[in-house]
Amino acid sequence: MLSIKNLHARVEDKEILKGLNLEVKAGEVHAIMGPNGAGKSSLASVLAGRENYEVTEGSVTLDGKDILEMAPEERAREGVFLAFQYPIEIPGVSNINFLKTALNEIRTHRGLDPMTAKEFLQKSKEKQALVEFDAKLVNRSLNEGFSGGEKKRNEIFQLAMLEPKLAILDETDSGLDIDALRIVSRGVNKLRSENNAFILITHYQRLLDYIVPDYVHVLSDGKIVKTGGKELALELEEKGYDWLK
Amino acid sequence: MENNTDTEFLESLADKEYEHGFVTNIEMDILPPGLNEDTIRFISAKKNEPQWMLEWRLKAYNAFLKMELPTWQNFKMPEMNFQGISYYAAPKNTPKYNSLDEVDPELLATFEKLGIPLNERKKLLGVKDDEADVITDEDGNVSERPLVAIDAVFDSVSVATTYKEELKKHGIIFCSISEAIQDHPELVKEYIGSVVPQTDNIFAALNSAVFSDGSFVYIPKGVRCPMELSTYFRINAENTGQFERTLIIADEGAYVSYLEGCTAPQRDEHQLHAAIVEIVAHKDAEVKYSTVQNWYPGDKDGLGGVYNFVTKRGICKGANSIISWTQVETGSAITWKYPSVILQGDNSYGEFYSVAVAKGKQIADTGTKMIHIGKNTRSRIISKGISAGNGQNSYRGLVSIGAKADNARNFTQCDSMLIGDRCGAHTFPYIDAKNPTATLEHEATTSKIGEDQIFYLNARGIDTEKAVEMIVNGFAKEVLNKLPMEFAVEAQKLLAVSLEGSVG
Ligand SMILES: Nc1ncnc2c1ncn2[C@@H]1O[C@H](COP(=O)(O)OP(=O)(O)OP(=O)(O)O)[C@@H](O)[C@H]1O
Ligand SMILES: [Mg+2]
Repeated sequence: MLSIKNLHARVEDKEILKGLNLEVKAGEVHAIMGPNGAGKSSLASVLAGRENYEVTEGSVTLDGKDILEMAPEERAREGVFLAFQYPIEIPGVSNINFLKTALNEIRTHRGLDPMTAKEFLQKSKEKQALVEFDAKLVNRSLNEGFSGGEKKRNEIFQLAMLEPKLAILDETDSGLDIDALRIVSRGVNKLRSENNAFILITHYQRLLDYIVPDYVHVLSDGKIVKTGGKELALELEEKGYDWLK
Repeated sequence: MENNTDTEFLESLADKEYEHGFVTNIEMDILPPGLNEDTIRFISAKKNEPQWMLEWRLKAYNAFLKMELPTWQNFKMPEMNFQGISYYAAPKNTPKYNSLDEVDPELLATFEKLGIPLNERKKLLGVKDDEADVITDEDGNVSERPLVAIDAVFDSVSVATTYKEELKKHGIIFCSISEAIQDHPELVKEYIGSVVPQTDNIFAALNSAVFSDGSFVYIPKGVRCPMELSTYFRINAENTGQFERTLIIADEGAYVSYLEGCTAPQRDEHQLHAAIVEIVAHKDAEVKYSTVQNWYPGDKDGLGGVYNFVTKRGICKGANSIISWTQVETGSAITWKYPSVILQGDNSYGEFYSVAVAKGKQIADTGTKMIHIGKNTRSRIISKGISAGNGQNSYRGLVSIGAKADNARNFTQCDSMLIGDRCGAHTFPYIDAKNPTATLEHEATTSKIGEDQIFYLNARGIDTEKAVEMIVNGFAKEVLNKLPMEFAVEAQKLLAVSLEGSVG
């Protein structure tokens, strides 16, 4: 599904990604771990199309399509979803209207009719239940005044609503309390299917107890330096990252 | 890509054509440019006015001659050639019409094209006629389109007023001010100039001398006006000024919600619009006045556009009265306007909710004055300024608390949003408190439309143009929510369209 080859990217003349390779197949869950400042969020940003990152070399394809050529909104419509490490607040824009606009943009791109208000509300109720998202938050302004954990859970609610092919979760587990972590993980597990794939960026092995990954990668200094199964996460927990350098 | 690419993008989107820029071809009676006593006599005679009205005009004209242009605003006052303007332009063959069928079809078509329906729905509230009688909001909720009575003013004259008969049944007078001078001289005499004195400022003096037409509303004691009242102003003729005058009187315990809209053709020279609105609210009365101002703003280089110099003021004369101003200002090359409330009655309440857009070379200098005179008077000011391109947006407000205004309260909030790097936002809040029991609160914020916010929406499949529209409408929401629903929907679209050219 996702194929990243020899990816180099920089921001403000500083090279951050330095020849990164990654293959993700449909149905898989990949965890990416690595020290602070290694370039994990940068990778997520490059995949989502943030403008201040300049790709200098390499390629990224999603189901064979070159996504680096696409504007961020086109990538989203093609099925890339980024759950942000720090979701932004947008005052006055209602969460639910925002989601309706987003969903209908994506549907239009896929040749589907926009959802009627009724169908949309029905779907929203189902997904709220699936990821146990507080109904009160649905009608508030987008992330405005949400607690850190509520923002993260809103990302997962959006993920459930938009049903992307490829979901990248950037430290969604940080800032969640133990119950919320369990709930969010349960939600993600329910959303897993043969047709989609997940990249989980995390610092904590604990998340991977709940969402069991097929692969664990270590990203360090802009490259994937080690890949293993879920047991690699345990090993990292014990030994840290120094031994990999 | 670097940050400034985004900024350039934010500022570069193609210039959106002004939608209402077309010209109506119709035979006009136009007075040649120039201003002297004869001009005033001509206008007064054209309208068959009584002697007292002519004298009132001439008095204003004499005051005008002695007055100077204001200098305190936050922009360089353009040169004003008052002799270069035509002070009267009216479609030919518009004798007093008795029914809509007699109005020139070309005029009806013009208003139709502007989306202003001048036909009266035959059916009463509660019976849905067809699709056109319902509105659907963004959540898909359907509600009945409220009835709106419209006074349509084309250049210097009112060409049609709808639902007059229906309103008459409630004792409500809704007509052009020219008609009111003929038919209700005692009311006009009593109230005209009582809120905005002739000598208030040079534009008020000019308007008092040459005002052409406008609307007149009287709601009798205890009557709640059963529909929205609205005036739609259209400047069409070249080189003419528009000097309309609106007078609204709500007698004891009355209620009315009033809307004003306006557009003008796209022309290369500037056109002057110097209007006056006066509102009187007696004891327990409430008047809501909403404006969606969309005069031609000029092109992106500042060629053409309307100079909008307007004096709007209301007086809460009686106890417990309420006056509420809501404005969405997207048009005009220059907007100079400060809708104000004199809070004379005890426990009276004044409100000012404003969204002002300044993009391209537009200048908006707008705000309000809340003059607290009575006891326990309260006021609330919510101002949202949006600046884009080279636009300059100033909020200017005065909260004045008189010596006898015990326990007066004011809350002021001024928020500014900047789109791009070349625009500006300025706030000038003045306070003049002569009574120590007053409670005054002021909050102000300035934010740049965030690239992070835009990216967040992009990452959910929403393109940048729509993202900006959503963010701006979110920013302005508190004000838009004050508008009657169908106008709120219109105003949202208008905000989006007016920013289309300058953001991305
Ligand atoms: N706009 C920027 N300008 C300069 N340097 C930047 C910019 N954005 C990111 N960087 C740098 O890029 C490097 C990678 O940052 P990134 O956020 O991708 O790390 P991360 O692996 O996600 O770290 P963490 O675990 O702390 O979230 C860091 O050194 C960071 O300071
Ligand atoms: Mg990170």
